[in-house]
Amino acid sequence: MTRYLVTRAVHSCLLFVAVSALLFLFTELVPGDFLEELRLSPAISASALNTLRERYGLDAPLTVRYWRWIQSVVRGEFGFSLLYERPVGPLLRERAANTLLLTVTATVVAWCLAVPIGAWSAGRRGRLTDRATGVVVTALLALPDLLLALGLLLIAVRVGGLPVGGMTSPQYSTFGALHKAEDVLVHLLLPACALCLAILPTLVRHVRATLVETLDAPFIQAAKAIGVGDRRLIYRHALRAAANPLTSLLGLSVASLLSASMTIEAVMSWPGLGPLLLTAIQARDIHLIVGVALASTCFLLAGNLLADGLLYLADPRARTESR
Amino acid sequence: MSRSSRGRFAVVLLAAVYASAVLAGFLAPYDPVEQNRLLAFAPPTRLHLVDDSGRLHLRPFVYALVPRPGTFDVYDEDRSRPYPIRLFPNGASYRLAALIPGDRHLFGVDEPARLFLMGSDEYGRDLFSRLIHGTQISPVAGLLAACLAVSVGLVIGGVAGFYGSVTDQVLMRVAELVMAVPWLYLLLALRAALPLALEPIHAFLLVVVVIGVVGWARPARLVRSVVLSARTRDYVLAARSFGASDARVLRRHVLPEALGVALTQLALLVPQCILAEVTLSFFGLGVGEPLPSWGNMLAGVQRFHVLASYWWMFLPGLALVPLFLIYYAVTDVLHRRLVLRSP
Repeated sequence: MTRYLVTRAVHSCLLFVAVSALLFLFTELVPGDFLEELRLSPAISASALNTLRERYGLDAPLTVRYWRWIQSVVRGEFGFSLLYERPVGPLLRERAANTLLLTVTATVVAWCLAVPIGAWSAGRRGRLTDRATGVVVTALLALPDLLLALGLLLIAVRVGGLPVGGMTSPQYSTFGALHKAEDVLVHLLLPACALCLAILPTLVRHVRATLVETLDAPFIQAAKAIGVGDRRLIYRHALRAAANPLTSLLGLSVASLLSASMTIEAVMSWPGLGPLLLTAIQARDIHLIVGVALASTCFLLAGNLLADGLLYLADPRARTESR
Repeated sequence: MSRSSRGRFAVVLLAAVYASAVLAGFLAPYDPVEQNRLLAFAPPTRLHLVDDSGRLHLRPFVYALVPRPGTFDVYDEDRSRPYPIRLFPNGASYRLAALIPGDRHLFGVDEPARLFLMGSDEYGRDLFSRLIHGTQISPVAGLLAACLAVSVGLVIGGVAGFYGSVTDQVLMRVAELVMAVPWLYLLLALRAALPLALEPIHAFLLVVVVIGVVGWARPARLVRSVVLSARTRDYVLAARSFGASDARVLRRHVLPEALGVALTQLALLVPQCILAEVTLSFFGLGVGEPLPSWGNMLAGVQRFHVLASYWWMFLPGLALVPLFLIYYAVTDVLHRRLVLRSP
């Protein structure tokens, strides 16, 4: 087990390093920098600009800048954000925690919904209710995350009662601990709902398809012949046999989860990585752009690693293969 | 409806969408950039059949809108005179496909009444006309970007699968790199590396290229696996033993199989690419004003007062849903015909 996971982890680390190098080099090729807008201002002289550029180290050659960046990565700072005037690392950790809260909540809720819905639909294969579920799922699939987020906001504004955007109320800092948690939860409701609806249709489809396939297997027919009840048949026998493809799906869905989360965060102003990236792009804050992209890569790789680990635990075949 | 007729129906609808991009000037009642500052945020115009005196008209008609005094976004109908909807009226001049000039429109009403089927935006521009003209931007950008991604994928995947060994290793490692970053983050990071303020037409091309560059990895991997398995088939070995050259094996045996997968991937990728363009333009990083992209038309909704007061500003976004459904149906048909090879 450890050996298998260590190999995977080392592979992920190497991938991470390569991605970081590529992203850094690519974004450094950008024409213009953070001080671009100041240059247009008549109040700032060229020499003052040069001093600023020197202080921020923007005048150094690419190799030097890259070396300095690597050093700061080793210190855990991931460069310096000129926009927020602080190291990128701590900033990323704050925002990444918010993204994690949103994505984990939405994923857990989505899976808790997808498995029963998919199982129910698979058990009633071909019947009217199954086909109706299929239609609803397809309609949801065609509803892009951007529209989901905007539509839910629109409904929230019309109906009222729910906070529209943000993660905390303005008077958040005056609340007690319990009240604080409640406040965040209320704010979490809408974005989590949007994200959950965004990833749900794919999950339901896969759960249903996998279970339909498993329900045809001889051992299920045998169990049915002995007289095992429908519910027990699906949850006890079929679902367990379908654990492998479903766990793989968990790993594969992390990428689309993060992309959907980015849109939803930005639309609903949830202070995660998404809005941070957009601000960084508008301000041409290169270290911040690279930092956010790397943080999302980190999430993706960690999600895949987690799925690999779960697969290892869930499926004995994976264990024998890796030995 | 049977599966095959549903597939045919989807293909016809898809053709209709892209035909409306060509015929946008004719189908839309107004010029997409024409402003009516006195009719900002007008709600969708109400169509009437019965006038104030209770008389039934056979032809639907509208009333002219007059701003209510002291407000800037509340309008009253001027009921003194009905304006029937007319077919083929003269209107703003346009060029079909940038070539054929014309000034007839499919439908419209006489001035000073205005026919805002989906309402108007903050400059009083007709949202419906902008939506129709927007088919020249968003669905086309998505299609071009997906074509670019799939062609790059076809070449890279084909080379990797056919030549194997070191070439394969290197190319697939690169694909892995691209897929290690969530695609929207990668898209935005790449976009960040390019100039922000651009001419609309340059922005359009740039967006197409960036989306295409981000999307090649998955089709490349699929094509590679198909080529890899096709290469070791018995009939390919037989052809080789007869002395067939690399080029002939590629053309006769490998490519036909890979093309099916590539076409299916194309249909699958287009909705994603359209959404990518819409998202970029929505965030102000894609195709900019005054060109009507489905994304930048939605951008107004980002302001709270627009979202709260003018629900029809959200309508253009809904056009994505039927378009995506059409593409899903087409993907389904292509997958069954070309990959599973069942009728």
